[in-house]
Amino acid sequence: MASPGRRAAGGNSLLRAARSASLWFLLLTAALLLADGYLIFMVAPTDAVLGDVQRIFYIHVPISIISFLGFFVCAVAGIAYLIRRSERWDRLAHASAEVGVIFVTLALVTGVIWARPVWGVWWTWEPRLTTTLILWLIYVAYLMIRHYAPTPQQGRSWSAVVGIIGFIDVPIVYYSVQWWRSIHPVQVIGPEAADDALEPIISRILIFSLIAILMLACYLVMERMMLRAAEDNITELRRQQQDASPDY
Amino acid sequence: MKLLRPTLAIAWKDVRLELRSRDTVISALVFGLIVVVVFNFGLNRAPGSLAPVAPGLLWVAYSFIGVLAMNRTFARELEHGGLDGLLIAPVSRDAVFLGKALGSLVFMLVIQAILLPVFAVMLGLPALSPVLGLIILLATVGFATIGTFFAGIAVQTRSREILLPVLFFPVVVPIIIAAVEATALALQGGPAGPIWSRWIPLLVVFDALFLVVCSWIFAFVFEG
Amino acid sequence: MTAPSEPTAAIAVAGLRKDFGDRRVLRDLTLQVGWGEIAALFGSNGAGKTTLLRILAGLARPDAGQISLAGRRIHRRSDHARRLIGFAGHDTLLYNDLTCRENLAFYAQLYGIRNPAAHIAAVLRQVNLSDRADRRVRTLSHGMQQRLSVARALLHEPVILLLDEPESGLDQTSIDTLGQLLHDWAAAGKTALLTTHNEQIGLAWAHRALGLNNGGLAYDNRLSR
Repeated sequence: MASPGRRAAGGNSLLRAARSASLWFLLLTAALLLADGYLIFMVAPTDAVLGDVQRIFYIHVPISIISFLGFFVCAVAGIAYLIRRSERWDRLAHASAEVGVIFVTLALVTGVIWARPVWGVWWTWEPRLTTTLILWLIYVAYLMIRHYAPTPQQGRSWSAVVGIIGFIDVPIVYYSVQWWRSIHPVQVIGPEAADDALEPIISRILIFSLIAILMLACYLVMERMMLRAAEDNITELRRQQQDASPDY
Repeated sequence: MKLLRPTLAIAWKDVRLELRSRDTVISALVFGLIVVVVFNFGLNRAPGSLAPVAPGLLWVAYSFIGVLAMNRTFARELEHGGLDGLLIAPVSRDAVFLGKALGSLVFMLVIQAILLPVFAVMLGLPALSPVLGLIILLATVGFATIGTFFAGIAVQTRSREILLPVLFFPVVVPIIIAAVEATALALQGGPAGPIWSRWIPLLVVFDALFLVVCSWIFAFVFEG
Repeated sequence: MTAPSEPTAAIAVAGLRKDFGDRRVLRDLTLQVGWGEIAALFGSNGAGKTTLLRILAGLARPDAGQISLAGRRIHRRSDHARRLIGFAGHDTLLYNDLTCRENLAFYAQLYGIRNPAAHIAAVLRQVNLSDRADRRVRTLSHGMQQRLSVARALLHEPVILLLDEPESGLDQTSIDTLGQLLHDWAAAGKTALLTTHNEQIGLAWAHRALGLNNGGLAYDNRLSR
């Protein structure tokens, strides 16, 4: 009985080391985010047509990019889990899917806020927005499947395959929605998305914002992975605990 | 050859069971009619003016029927202990997948073939064309592929009725878009260009991609 | 390495572990069953009996440990192992709307059995169901369905039979049929591992009594014949 117990304890000391490293990571991320906020609200020029509301662009674009990145990581980690059967890969897949869902939700919310002044409507079946919505639905299903699986082992395998299928599906969704939209143009009031020909200062702030928010996403994924590791440790201890009560 | 024999055996077994009980086909037919009736009232249109939304209605009905049929074909395996009988046999998992998908494909095509003339009358669809048959076939292959894969997961949970549609519909969005657009073009009898340049290739790519990927990873669905 | 003079065990399990969530169903289970041996697994509900059988049948994946069948290490999804094993569990794995013969013919196709008609007739005789061959499974009594399930497990001529509570719901005639079948089975040098709640039947049929408790082996008694 001693050896698995010791293994769990060894995991804990690793966890402590990771925790102190993550504290520094958090401080750095917080500093970058504060600087990002300053750049967006104080330095970035006010949009001539749209005014201050255009500043949400510096948050919406990075969040959208990172949410897609999160699902790429989720799919790759899912494949790695199915091949290697290592819990670590599953933790990475799980954490990036959860953080990804939060980011997609934020991307949709900021997208809606952004669409109102730019296109004159809260929601439009624009290809990127629509694809993001479908992506959100697929990965909500991904998290549901983990929850509904009768055993955690099944949950891991099933969510991995859902992650792979979802990731393959998203580009097809994008193309089909784009073609569909070319037949049914959505009414657009005001200028189209302002992402062609950006001023250098705008693109520089955008890149800074992307880095800061990417750091935040990485921090959240790390933190979630450590939480999962702790949860797994508790589960393992609980399994060993049953020794004491053979009637279980 | 090694793949073909068990695939056909499983599909034929499902078809034969359905011929004996007919419960999937009958319930799906009734359900399909109900969908059209309900949508007729839901859309609140003047009588006889459903034609413009007919392609959409047709595919909403077909995709709902697909979910129903898929749930049924797997529920039948559950009656006597899930897919264990197929899984203890020395048959590769992709054969199990392809066999179940082929069986579901046959059901759905039969159901769709029966419903199509009924829908044509009720929705006032113009003359049916052979290209519509091709569109229905390709789209249904996609439905059967994705639906069978997810039904294999959903059937092992206690909440399969909700899990299957939640998994199925977001993933088949491209099929629904392509099928609706291509059907509209085929029924209008206008320029058929986009059917062949866009929608049919999209359906073919979707079907081929997911047939390969799903049969490759189906084995992971049955691990516990 | 096993010496040639010493025959390899039919079933050898070492360090087998299986978790369901925070429950450890099997913990470091190690046991062997030899050729020509009928072993009965005893244990309360949740002791891990069914899980062990499902792992041996290739229906569940162990979290750790090794399995050898007929002296060969079994890896995941081994068709070779599936051919060695005949499995009859709680569920009959039969289709209610097909006849006995059709059910067996379907499984014969899955196992790629040559000359299926002769095989089907032979196993139906073994379980005393020849006169019901063309009846739909739905119309059979529970005991007959159980016997047909055993026939299904025997169809591909396995050498290791796994039976999960085969006696449950059987009438005395069916129990006698099954007992005779297992007796002949062992006499032919083949192996069976069965779980049971019925001590009397288990002890009557088996050469060995294995006790599972809390996922481990609690006792292993050789029964005198």
